[in-house]
Amino acid sequence: MASVSIRVYCLETMTTTPLLQLESLTRSFPGIVANNQIDLTVGQGTIHALLGENGAGKSTLVKMIYGALRPDSGRMWFDGRPYAPANPATARASGVGMVFQHFSLFEAMTVAENIAVALPAELAGSDLPDRIRDVSASYGLVLDPFSRVDQLSVGERQRVEIVRCLLQSPRLIIMDEPTSVLTPGEVGRLFTVLRKLRDEGRSILYISHKLREIRNLCSHATILRRGRVVGTCDPGAETPESLARMMIGNAVRRHIRKVQEPGAVRLSIDHLNLPAATEFGVSLKDISLDVRAGEIIGIAGVAGNGQDELMAALIGERRSTTPGAISLDGAPVGNLGPTRRRAMGMAFVPEERLGHGAAAAMSLTENTLISARGRRNLARRGVLDFGAAKRFASEIVSAFNVATTAVTRQAGSLSGGNLQKFVIGREILQGPTVLIAAQPTWGVDAKSAAEIHTALDQLARAGAAILIISQDLDELLSVSDRFAVLAGGTLSAPRTSEDVTVAEIGMLMGGATHEQQDDAA
Amino acid sequence: MIRLERRPETSRAMLWLTPVLALILTVLVGMVLFAMLGKDPLQTVAVIFISPFADLYSLSELLVKATPLILIAIGLSLGFRAGIWNIGAEGQFTIGALAGGAVGLAFHGTDSIWLMPLMWISGCAAGMAWAAIPAYLRTRFGANEILVSLMLVYVATLLLSAMVTGPLRDPDGFNFPESRLFEGSAAMPLLMEGTRAHIGFFAALVAALVAWLLLGRHVVGFQIRLLGEAPRAARFAGFVEARVIWFCLLVSGGLAGLAGLFEATGPVGQLVPSLPVGYGFTAIIVAFLGRLNPLGIIIAGFVMAVTYLGGEAAEITMQLPNAVTAVFQGLLLFFLLGMDVLSTYRFRLRRRVREVA
Repeated sequence: MASVSIRVYCLETMTTTPLLQLESLTRSFPGIVANNQIDLTVGQGTIHALLGENGAGKSTLVKMIYGALRPDSGRMWFDGRPYAPANPATARASGVGMVFQHFSLFEAMTVAENIAVALPAELAGSDLPDRIRDVSASYGLVLDPFSRVDQLSVGERQRVEIVRCLLQSPRLIIMDEPTSVLTPGEVGRLFTVLRKLRDEGRSILYISHKLREIRNLCSHATILRRGRVVGTCDPGAETPESLARMMIGNAVRRHIRKVQEPGAVRLSIDHLNLPAATEFGVSLKDISLDVRAGEIIGIAGVAGNGQDELMAALIGERRSTTPGAISLDGAPVGNLGPTRRRAMGMAFVPEERLGHGAAAAMSLTENTLISARGRRNLARRGVLDFGAAKRFASEIVSAFNVATTAVTRQAGSLSGGNLQKFVIGREILQGPTVLIAAQPTWGVDAKSAAEIHTALDQLARAGAAILIISQDLDELLSVSDRFAVLAGGTLSAPRTSEDVTVAEIGMLMGGATHEQQDDAA
Repeated sequence: MIRLERRPETSRAMLWLTPVLALILTVLVGMVLFAMLGKDPLQTVAVIFISPFADLYSLSELLVKATPLILIAIGLSLGFRAGIWNIGAEGQFTIGALAGGAVGLAFHGTDSIWLMPLMWISGCAAGMAWAAIPAYLRTRFGANEILVSLMLVYVATLLLSAMVTGPLRDPDGFNFPESRLFEGSAAMPLLMEGTRAHIGFFAALVAALVAWLLLGRHVVGFQIRLLGEAPRAARFAGFVEARVIWFCLLVSGGLAGLAGLFEATGPVGQLVPSLPVGYGFTAIIVAFLGRLNPLGIIIAGFVMAVTYLGGEAAEITMQLPNAVTAVFQGLLLFFLLGMDVLSTYRFRLRRRVREVA
């Protein structure tokens, strides 16, 4: 009798104790609170979505669950017991596995070797190939332990990561945007595997911003925005539009710019078409937009809908075969490279500061040479004028309050906000007639963000045309005069920022996401 | 517990200190090696490092060895800065010697001050042409320039053998696989009678000076450095990667070809199958030992020349195997690359913090 009742008791705790529970988890980085008092409960045998825009705090949160980061405060329980992993190895030993978005595989080694190096020694014995075959067979993850990784497709590489994770029998599997690199067929197969894992009683924490996918797959969702939990829901009962609205939030700050009468068209994008550069890129389809002098136009959209491609086309890193697809003050520039476009008055702020907008190991002085050689006369007939470059760097530092000890410091030693101010200052002080900026305040502290917005506003008032591509709707709605939504490589008609409702934006972003997902299904 | 901690900024002092540390470690490990071979370690090290400076002739031999090393390493360093890996300088060296030498042999007996410059130009051009093959394959098809340039070394070596046993063979040479001697107008002018040091050393110094100005003061050098540091930023700056690839490979190939011609018409004096003795490969070590910096490369070229001459001296006076030089050079590169971590990381002594559960 006694043993029966104990068994019943165990069954009860299994079903009622949540697998993972977080209580007011907080983690901050210099200048920014990435996770603010996060509560999260993942039940046994559920697929739980973690939803949010880029920078909402999703990766910080899962890094803490996986032991790669320590919380500043807050508590975690795993299966009813206090849980505080010191590193990913302890997290794995406790039963938490993770499949990363970017794979960490050695291309010249076989599948079995790759799996063996990541496993604890006792699991990496000589029977490993057999166990790999067993696991892959039972989940329909077809994989030959002896094939070399460089011969595998992206989907197969992901299977290696999943099998590696499953061999340690995790009870919670964290998946970070697993479908972002998969073809539609592979997505379908992955979902079958995930559902099978769930039916076995394992739980999955599924990170994504693909709304349709989450509606199909997940029974619970926690929505993050700016480091806070802003809601939980059953995604199946929601529409893509309502999910997008939760991601965006309702408390959108209103337009603060005093609209001035826009002048003549400075930047004109006219039926721009650009095929995707890679298998996973997005093709730009028939994009048209006019930006007038004195005007700030924002382009919104969920990441991965063509933002990078549009930016590359506007900078001239990818040229169009039709010169007239992009024109500047009436002159076609679509076929010109970045240097010629800059000479004609364009300036650009790429999304990534380090590695794209600036070189980390070079001094601030040298970093001015990346974009300002022509307009600031920093090179004459190829000979660099370091005196002039140094003066220009100092000018940027003082005009934009860049906190640094000297312009000889390496760009990589500056904080994110300060480097961003430097990069934006470098472009604005060239006196451009058209400025195109991607994510100008991404990962930047509030004070720096405000300074950057003021600088953009002043530049527009001086008669420049400004285009901002951003995923931060608050930013777009408060800074821009009009804005359009980029989804699946197409651009919506621009609307006046003051008149648009959050519901409309959700529809544009979610609706387009919907369409994209239909392509993928 | 000792931890490696990332420095907030690359240490300039360490950048220059690590080659010295690597040299010291090489000497220490070398001494252990010599002791294990049953030789007096101190005496062996003394022979290696002092005999090259013993007399005027030894000093002139240092110039002979350092000239091709510096010349080739300067060219290679430009590409290495940009992340373009020309590993086949040995082949460009060989082809430069072969083509420039063939021009000299074709004008055998001609007395003209124009012959030498003509040979220089053809040697340089031939080295460029040999390096143009990996440049074309890389920019056109994305082929890996490391493999292509390396494979072409063996093609070049065999081509040299074929030519000196065939068309370029000395008609009065009793069928030995070697060409006529380079004489008169076709011989490299010497710096000093009675030695083998030649005016090619000045070419190496000029190359270093030009490279220094190019890297520090010219937009072409900035392109090279930016492409190496941050390829996407280079594209953002409007630089075209293919052009930098062509530039770096042509310059390094041209300088290697020139070095090969100098070697054939100077110290060696004729085309022989054994002309390529590994300067093209050793120059890779020289480039890194000199921190890919033109002035550093001049110093590194001499350090490496010392290991060549000192190794030879150790072979003769201490009866050490002739692999000593190669082992020494290998150790040096090994420690250099290992110590490199210190310029971006530093050691921190830290008490182990008890994990709070």
